[in-house]
Amino acid sequence: MSVPVLEIRGVSKSFPGVKALDDVSFAIARGEVVGLIGENGAGKSTLLKILNGVYQPDSGEILVDGRSVSVASPRQAFDSGIAMVFQEQSILPTLTVAENIFLGREEEFIRFGLISRSRMHAAAAEELRKVHLDIDPGMRCADLAFAARQMVEIAKALSLNSRIKGHVTILLDEPTSVLEQKEVDLLFRIIRDLRDRASFVFISHRLEEVLDISDRVYVMRDGKVVKELSARSASVKDLHQLMVGRQLHHEYYREARQVPPSPAVVLAAEGLSRHGAFHDVSFDLHEGEVLGIAGVVGSGREDLARCLAGHRRPDSGTLHIAGAAVRFAAPHEAAGAGVGLVPAERKVEGLVAPFSVAENMTLAALPRFVSHGAIRFAAELGVARDWIERLKIKTPSPDTMVGSLSGGNQQKVVLAKWRIAGVRVLILDHPTRGIDVGAKEDVYDLIRDMTAEGLAVILLGDTLEEVIGLSSRILVMRDGAITARLDAPPGGKPRQVDILRHMV
Amino acid sequence: MAAIAVERGQMLGHWRRWAPVAVLLGLCLVVGLINPSFFSFGNAVRMLNTAAIPLVVCMGATFVILMGSIDLSVEGTIALCAVAASMLVTNDLTGVTIGLWSVPAAILLGGALGLLNGLVHVKLRIPSFMATLGIGFAGIGIATAILGGVMVRIADTDFRNWLSLGRLFGIPAAVWIAGIAVLAAWVIQERTRIGRWIYAIGTDEQTARNSGIPVERTRILIFGVAGLFYGLAGALSAAQIGRGHALIAQDRLFTAITAVVVGGTALSGGVGSVLNSVIGVFIVIVLANGMVLMGIEPYVQKGVQGILIIAAVALALDRSRLDVVK
Repeated sequence: MSVPVLEIRGVSKSFPGVKALDDVSFAIARGEVVGLIGENGAGKSTLLKILNGVYQPDSGEILVDGRSVSVASPRQAFDSGIAMVFQEQSILPTLTVAENIFLGREEEFIRFGLISRSRMHAAAAEELRKVHLDIDPGMRCADLAFAARQMVEIAKALSLNSRIKGHVTILLDEPTSVLEQKEVDLLFRIIRDLRDRASFVFISHRLEEVLDISDRVYVMRDGKVVKELSARSASVKDLHQLMVGRQLHHEYYREARQVPPSPAVVLAAEGLSRHGAFHDVSFDLHEGEVLGIAGVVGSGREDLARCLAGHRRPDSGTLHIAGAAVRFAAPHEAAGAGVGLVPAERKVEGLVAPFSVAENMTLAALPRFVSHGAIRFAAELGVARDWIERLKIKTPSPDTMVGSLSGGNQQKVVLAKWRIAGVRVLILDHPTRGIDVGAKEDVYDLIRDMTAEGLAVILLGDTLEEVIGLSSRILVMRDGAITARLDAPPGGKPRQVDILRHMV
Repeated sequence: MAAIAVERGQMLGHWRRWAPVAVLLGLCLVVGLINPSFFSFGNAVRMLNTAAIPLVVCMGATFVILMGSIDLSVEGTIALCAVAASMLVTNDLTGVTIGLWSVPAAILLGGALGLLNGLVHVKLRIPSFMATLGIGFAGIGIATAILGGVMVRIADTDFRNWLSLGRLFGIPAAVWIAGIAVLAAWVIQERTRIGRWIYAIGTDEQTARNSGIPVERTRILIFGVAGLFYGLAGALSAAQIGRGHALIAQDRLFTAITAVVVGGTALSGGVGSVLNSVIGVFIVIVLANGMVLMGIEPYVQKGVQGILIIAAVALALDRSRLDVVK
């Protein structure tokens, strides 16, 4: 290989409690598309953020065209010919499309201190044409659909190509996760067209896509590059095994421990509707069952979960818990009736980060630990120790601040909180999002433990595979309505395509 | 289903954008119907004259609020700049006389105080409300200490005429100057890099940083720009009443924040405009003027202003999306 356009050598990066990158080396040749794969938390995003100057490496060096450079800020990265499409969108809704595309590099349109809007719009229109997005550059991004915003984001990164002389590298951190197949095809065509001028680093969880577009693939696991291989000779199955570091089998989801649901109905929804979110949703939830709800963003399943847990109020319909009609006006009423929600935004909604592990665990059942108006700390600590043991939570002590634990252990604390509160129905909204593989398996074990004890679980899974693997029954939602109900007994799981057909 | 939800939100969005204008027009109509003299040329000029200084102040305050910060140093900065200006023109306290040069001097002093606000806020990582509150009090304290509790009388008629009393086409100089200040603020907002960056930082600071915007430097600079407007407001205040003293800016802060918020600029940052604040200033002024015309007591007027600011925030916030209010 000739001198790589972009190379990193022996880069390490630690965050409190986590070694995010461990002696990583990585190179991109001129005009090459390099795939970067790994489980959540493997270090892919951290690596890209180091290349883009958002993070500084603790050790190691970055080389552009064979020369060692320092990339101290996104701006410097840009000037070195590196641009990035961020996983969490970085399009500002309050600015126009053109303003977003050229944010932070307006100077080329400035004359006598003033921005020439017409020249900026013309340049933006040029960039938008490249991604075949036919919108007015003066439009505010708030008025754009989500996928359109993503294309603007991509146009923003690609604009580097026409701004910088010489070769450029564009980092794409999961650019396709919100795109339709048609838009993905378009993006890939654009990438192929630009290869004589640009190199790409492509991160995606869709391994077929990675194999389709990449020349070479780097596989990361636990902060290390575990394998570098040519995309032509690899298969999805190979990649999968390399990523998780073990054979994939249905044991991953503990299917053998899936218990047949009991006939006892613990929660029954009848004709639940909420304007603009979902309508006429009816289902029964049995004791010891995992009921998976599949659907894309906007299918209404998130809103439904929130209504069941009292975070939102349905407009019409009835809800019965253990045969008694209930109406929840607030989450604590739902908790009192035995329904708990483990939200997707763990850090924002699920935990009080500056509280200790013990304090978080007893939060939903605090009255039980109070006598004569004072909290009984000994009792609190005792229960906390018990649950730390039972759920194998890795924490130095029950007094440790929960914010300093890893994602997987934080999630276990959230689960313990609801178990201590004595819920009978637990709604899990993306319970394994952003936690590493080992912790995921622990969470799957915990789910099986809970159902074995008769708890009922409603699961909004992180992936379709997860929903299928864990659930006893699956409801599929589209545009706010249930479009299919499938049984998923061990050994007789529906295929992903069977479900996808009802989702989109 | 999804399509319907999006459309609804947009219609509501448009309604929100024009609400302040509708409120202003409605208010004018009501006050005019109750007391037709509201629509007289004399009353219009009186209102414009009253609006002049709040307009200048609000231009600065809007930038800071758009950025998601708040500036409570308004009164201290204005007072110090007013006292400085009055001591630099022909007066009964000092022998210094630099005439109209005192105006740029006051503006620059305001800018310097603003930069100090920004530096304290950004470099010492003190929340903007606390940093500016402290510097505002310090400003009033210094103004009081310089004058030893007395006031400076301005004898410079040029200064007073050019900045306040003189008229062009029957409209006082202060109004023309306020107009120029609004124009300048609008150009900064719409046509400069800093203007874009204010919105970017106010909407999402992390994204702004990822896009290569020097967030810290911009923040400090914006507080400086706001200070320039307060400095001008200080000179205008001194010229208007012909005196300089430490309490010259009393109530300016409350009026400014009310006007900015009533105009539709969100305290959370990123949403709004200096033109919104122009509307906001006139809503506050017309309301005050109307209450005077209707013979309502001044104490009640203040209460109404207080209710107004809460009502405006209540209307502006999309509380259905807000799960936690701090």
